[in-house]
Amino acid sequence: MFIPFLYRLRQHGVPVGTQEALSLARALAMGLHDSSLDGFYYAARALCVHSEGHLDAFDQAFLAEFRGIEGKHIQLKEELLNWLKDAKLRLEDLSKEERELVESLDLEELKRLFEERMNEQKERHDRGNRWVGTAGTSPFGREGQRGEGIRVGGEGGSRSAVKTADARKYRPYRSDLALDVRQMEMALRRLRMWHREGADEELDLDSTIDATAKNVGELEVITRPPSRPNTRVILLMDVGGSMDPYVDLMSRLFSATKKASHWKELRTYYFHNCVYGRVYKTERFDEPVWVQDLLHECPPHYKLIMVGDALMAPYELMRQGGSIALNDTNALPGIAWLMMLHQHFKSSVWLNPEPPAYWEGNTISTVRTVFEMYPLTLEGLTQSMQYLSRGRGIARARS
Amino acid sequence: MATPIRFKGTASYLTNEALEASVDCALALEKPLLVRGEPGTGKTLLAEAVAEALGAPLLTWHVKSTTRAQEGLYTYDTVQRLYDSRFGDGDVKDIRRYIKLGPLGRAFASEQRVVLLIDEVDKADIEFPNDLLHELDKMRFHIIETNEDVAAKQRPVVIITSNAEKELPDAFLRRCVFHFIDFPERELMTRIVGVHHPNLEQGLVDQAMEAFYKIRNMQRLRKRPSTSELVDWIHMLKTMGVKDVKLEKNLPFLGTLLKKEQDLVAYADQLSGGSRWRS
Repeated sequence: MFIPFLYRLRQHGVPVGTQEALSLARALAMGLHDSSLDGFYYAARALCVHSEGHLDAFDQAFLAEFRGIEGKHIQLKEELLNWLKDAKLRLEDLSKEERELVESLDLEELKRLFEERMNEQKERHDRGNRWVGTAGTSPFGREGQRGEGIRVGGEGGSRSAVKTADARKYRPYRSDLALDVRQMEMALRRLRMWHREGADEELDLDSTIDATAKNVGELEVITRPPSRPNTRVILLMDVGGSMDPYVDLMSRLFSATKKASHWKELRTYYFHNCVYGRVYKTERFDEPVWVQDLLHECPPHYKLIMVGDALMAPYELMRQGGSIALNDTNALPGIAWLMMLHQHFKSSVWLNPEPPAYWEGNTISTVRTVFEMYPLTLEGLTQSMQYLSRGRGIARARS
Repeated sequence: MATPIRFKGTASYLTNEALEASVDCALALEKPLLVRGEPGTGKTLLAEAVAEALGAPLLTWHVKSTTRAQEGLYTYDTVQRLYDSRFGDGDVKDIRRYIKLGPLGRAFASEQRVVLLIDEVDKADIEFPNDLLHELDKMRFHIIETNEDVAAKQRPVVIITSNAEKELPDAFLRRCVFHFIDFPERELMTRIVGVHHPNLEQGLVDQAMEAFYKIRNMQRLRKRPSTSELVDWIHMLKTMGVKDVKLEKNLPFLGTLLKKEQDLVAYADQLSGGSRWRS
C-alpha cells in the first residue's frame, strides 16, 4: 500500500527510488512501524528523506496521502462518541436546527458522512460550510463557529503523525527557499580547483620512495609545493531599478563571495540593467572599466558569474544605443555585449533572483539563449557552481 | 527473523519517537545512521547513548578538514619501513608490521560488535563520503600491500554526524538512514535539564527556560543558543547560587549563551526595542 505514497513523494520533489522502496519494505516486514500510522510516519521519514531540505515536502506528501485514513482510526470513534454525548447533554444550549441535526444523525451515520467527505476532499480546506477544515461552519473541522464540531487535526490528544505532519515545522529548512550567507558560502565552495605552487614545503612520499630506491636504499627526501586554490572569479552584478527588491539577497551573496577564501582572485563589477561597453567598480557607477579592457586583463579561464533579473524593455537589449543612460551612445546592442562576455570565458553562468516561473515571454528568455541561467536559491546556486566547475560541455549535452 | 532491537535512550540521554524510529531502522536494516542538526543538540552524544544501550564499545573517528577516507581504513607507514631498512631495525620483510588500521578498519576487525562514530563528516573534503561508499556498504576493504581482505566479523553500528554545513553527495545519502535532530520543545527540554541538574529549584528552571526561549527566538542571531549552552548556563547559575533570573540587559552569565559579539549587540538592541513596545 505504500507504493502510491512513494510516487506521491516523488511528485512533491522528494527523490525516492527503488532503494528506498526496498528498505521501507524490509522495515515494514520487520514490524518497525508497530502496525500504526504514527510508526509508519517515522520509519518512512527516516528511510525516504535524506536531507532536512526535504522534510517539509515529505510532511506535505504524507498529509495529502493519509489525511483521510486517520478518519478510520479508533481514536476518532471515541471522539465522535464523546462529541455526541456532549452535544446531547447540552441539548438546550443548541439552536433548534442544531438540535435537529444531533437527533437526526446517529453515530454510524455521522461516521459515514465524515469519511465520505474526507474522501471527497483532497486538499486542506479553510473557511467553508461543507468540507472538513478550519474556521468554517461545517460540523467537521476546527476553530469553526459551529461550536460543537468534531475536531480534526489541531491540538488535543496525543500527537498523531498526521498532526505532526500538519504542523509543517520543517518549513524553514526547505532548500529551495531562503538563503543565508553561510549557506551561500557552502554552495560557493563547490567552485574550487587546486594547483601546486610556492615553496617546497610538503613531503612528496611517492617521489621520496622512488628516489630512495634509485639511491640503493639511501634515504633521499623529496619535497614539493603544497597545493593551493587556483580559481579566479569575476562577479558582475546588476544594481538599481528592478533589482531593488532583491537588495538584501544581493548583499548576502556579495558578502558570501567576499568571504570565500578558496578562490585565488575575485573581481566584482556592477552594471545597470544590461552591459553596454562599460562596467563599474562601485555601486554608484564610478570608476568605469571598459569591457574590452576587462576581457584583455582576464584570460578565458576566469569564471564569470552574472547576477541580475535580466528584465528590461526589449529595445534595451536588442537595439543599438538602447542603454537607458542618456550619455551612453553605443554602437552595439546589449545582447551583443552579453554574447561577447559569454564567448570570451570558458565557463559562465547567470544567476537570476526572479523565480523561474517568470522566465518565459520576456527578455529573460532572450538572455537565456546566451547564458546558462539558474535561480538564485540554494539549489540553483549549488547547481550553477557545479556547472561552472565542470565547464560548458556537460550542460549543453543535457539541454 | 529475529525481533529487531528497540532503542529507548538511556538514563542520561532522552529521545523522542522520531529519533527512536530512526535508530531502530538503522539497527534493523544495518545501515549507517546519518544524524544532522544544529550544533549542541547532542548528535555526538547519541552515539555514546546507543553504545551504552547496546553494551558495545564505542570507536570514534573525528573527521578534520585534512582527513582522507583511506586513513579510516588503514595507513601504510612507508617512511618507517624505509628508515628500518636503512638502519636495520626490525623485520622489514613483514609488511604487516607497517600497516596500521584506522578507526573503520579496527571496527571491522573487532571480534565484538562495536558502535563506530564518524564525527562531523562534513568537515572533510566534499569527495570524502563518496570514497567510503563501498566500504560502508559491503563492510569490507582490501589492503593492497599485503593482498589481504579485512571484512567485518560483526557489522558495526555506524553513526555519522554532520553539522548541516555542507551538502553530502546523493549516493552517500541514499545508503544512510537519515535523522534530523530538532531543537527540543519546552517539555522535552525541561526533562533534559532535569536529567543534568536533578536537584534544582523548579522556580529557577522555569525562569531560566523562559529567558532561554525568548533569547533563542530573537531575530538576527548568528548562533542561536542550543541545548548544550542551556545546560552550561544553568550549571553556572547553580554553582554561583543565583536565585532568580529575569530577561534584562545584565542577564547573569549571558556569555555562556551568546558567544558572538554581534549576537550580544543584537540582544541588547532587541531588549531595549522590546521595552519600548511595552511602555
